[in-house]
Amino acid sequence: MNLKTLAEKPERLTGGHRACAGCSAPVVARQVLMAAEHPVVVGCATSCLEVVTTIFPFTAWKVPYIHCAFENVAATISGVETAYRALRKRGELDRDIRFVAFGGDGGTYDIGLQSLSGALERGHRFLYICYDNEGYMNTGIQRSGATPRGAQTTTSPAGKTTPGKTERRKNLTDCVIAHHIPYVAQAVPTLWKDFMTKVQRGLDAPGPAFINVLSPCTLGWGFDPSLTMEIARLAVETCFWPLYEVVDGRYRLTYRPKEKRPFREWMEKQERFRHLFTDANQPLLDQLQAEVDQEWEGLLRQCEDSKEVVE
Amino acid sequence: MNRMVVLTGNEVEAEAMRQINPHVVAAYPITPQTEIIQLFTGYVVDGRVDTELIRVESEHSAMSACIGAAAAGCRVMTATSSQGLALMWEVLYIAASLRLPIVMAVVNRALSGNINIHCDHSDSMGARDAGWVQLFSSNVQEAYDTMIQAVRVAEQACLPVMVMTDGFLTSHEAEPVLLYPDDQVRAFIGPYRPGYALLDVDHPITVGPLDFHDYYFEHKRSQAAAITDAAGVIDQVAREFEQAFGSRYHAVEPYRLHDATVGIVAIGSTCGTAEEAVDAARSRGIAAGLLKLRVFRPFPLPQIVAGLRHVHAVAVMDRSDGMAGWGGPVGVEIKAALYGLAERPTVIDYVYGLGGREITVEDLVEVCEELHGIADGQDGGEPVRYLGVREEGAIHEPENARREA
Repeated sequence: MNLKTLAEKPERLTGGHRACAGCSAPVVARQVLMAAEHPVVVGCATSCLEVVTTIFPFTAWKVPYIHCAFENVAATISGVETAYRALRKRGELDRDIRFVAFGGDGGTYDIGLQSLSGALERGHRFLYICYDNEGYMNTGIQRSGATPRGAQTTTSPAGKTTPGKTERRKNLTDCVIAHHIPYVAQAVPTLWKDFMTKVQRGLDAPGPAFINVLSPCTLGWGFDPSLTMEIARLAVETCFWPLYEVVDGRYRLTYRPKEKRPFREWMEKQERFRHLFTDANQPLLDQLQAEVDQEWEGLLRQCEDSKEVVE
Repeated sequence: MNRMVVLTGNEVEAEAMRQINPHVVAAYPITPQTEIIQLFTGYVVDGRVDTELIRVESEHSAMSACIGAAAAGCRVMTATSSQGLALMWEVLYIAASLRLPIVMAVVNRALSGNINIHCDHSDSMGARDAGWVQLFSSNVQEAYDTMIQAVRVAEQACLPVMVMTDGFLTSHEAEPVLLYPDDQVRAFIGPYRPGYALLDVDHPITVGPLDFHDYYFEHKRSQAAAITDAAGVIDQVAREFEQAFGSRYHAVEPYRLHDATVGIVAIGSTCGTAEEAVDAARSRGIAAGLLKLRVFRPFPLPQIVAGLRHVHAVAVMDRSDGMAGWGGPVGVEIKAALYGLAERPTVIDYVYGLGGREITVEDLVEVCEELHGIADGQDGGEPVRYLGVREEGAIHEPENARREA
């Protein structure tokens, strides 16, 4: 995979859609479509990505696309994938097609968790991409199960008594790993080769595949639109968002930061954490760093157990 | 060769599904529907159908998977009851709006709360505005015949279709039923050729876009036209069904109504009871008749008006309460249907049978007698009546009002 051949591939998500300047979601979608070697059918949960790409009578999608509702993209794509098998079985179709579902963190961590879990457990062959921007950005920046502790949103504002969201984010990637599906990974669009390689592995997996992609939101996180990719990368360098994959239960770190940066550096780049940097909040900042360390060290142990420590 | 056998409603619906051999079935267990899917699963695992079965984790996902599979270009079926239908509510509308010809057996069961597993129509009546064609069956033969017709109706109208049976009544009671040969059923429904399909990857389509004030209304208008036009499709399919299998179905079916002065309107298994009650009332000198409502969506307005315009008093049997403060949904719609007549029958809405409460021939004879009094010129009295309920102790002052007193 190199830039030259990628640049020659036909565009499958056109420009002219209505995503914000600096939005990472269309970048994620384009990287997925560009990595796919086969024809794909896309399902999309109600989300920013759905809203900005399909305002009737326009569509940015040059591949077959279905949006049904917020919480059910996994169930919907499982129906499409089953239809594919049904038609192939009867000799009514002989194309080799792959299936991709996109959901934001709200549609995946929260309201769509049941539908996702069911589709994973049933073993449909599809790739689920969670573009995780850590909140309900489409409805105007509300907290979700993916919003980090301490982050300010419109439903977890920093007030006189509470410093932003008071609860710890759930680790959805761990939840998905617990389904024992063939392929699970985390990625960021900044490290595009890493991400697109994972997309190809996911699409080649013999069953369900899931990639959780940290997808910075310029409005919701509060940063300059030119910094999207840098902020995604810094999440990796602080080990808040480790890049790894789990293939048939074996963990492998796919990128190891040369020097683990303090978590604070990532937070300092974003308006949503700005209220945290006071003396009074130092215990909370320490706690946030400790939580990052705990999850990172846990992941390293998993990789060591799998004898897949990084290059 | 046709076969006369004794089967339950659930058994014949599963049999119809076996004969139809849909590409995809996605379903979730719920009483009293479960048996349909159990039987059908048996056909799948024994290779008697080619269907791919999705054993989903909820009814919401069942309908969502049906939507995905239908949009992909497949013939799709499912079945549910009560809470399952209620859980599907959001996506029922999407299935209809996307014009997907999904066929769903709905075995009617009361909605919670309190939880109850027996028959009333609150589940399907709650879904009456979802944009689905709604076909009710009053006995096992009708359930079987309607499932077969529903596939054609759905695919010709490009709309999803619900086929209703009464839970634990039609669904679980065995009756003699005539089954048709597989090849004749398959010839009748024919192959499925979708107009658009997600799996036609060379012709990509976007399904379910964001649709604002500049187009949404036109899309709803065309959907409204489709459900209106479905009346003609239902009738055409019924005519072809008669040619193929001999039985003629109508949107509404009158029984001894042409010379009646009082009429009962009923849906589902109560129609059989009502026919007996009409006979009994006539033997007591009351000119009673029955209008059986088979199609509820699209609402068969002209047939209802034609059927009831000459009678003096009508009892609408409502097996659900609309909780609207003025009776059940069928009563409200029948009254609205008759409003255009210069001389209208008096309409009494009888809410009955909730949560499986039994309805007897004698109950309905009494209804005929009440109607007879009204038709005779007596005061119409209460326009909404509750039949077969213990009123004493059922109607309370609010708890806090009593405490203060």
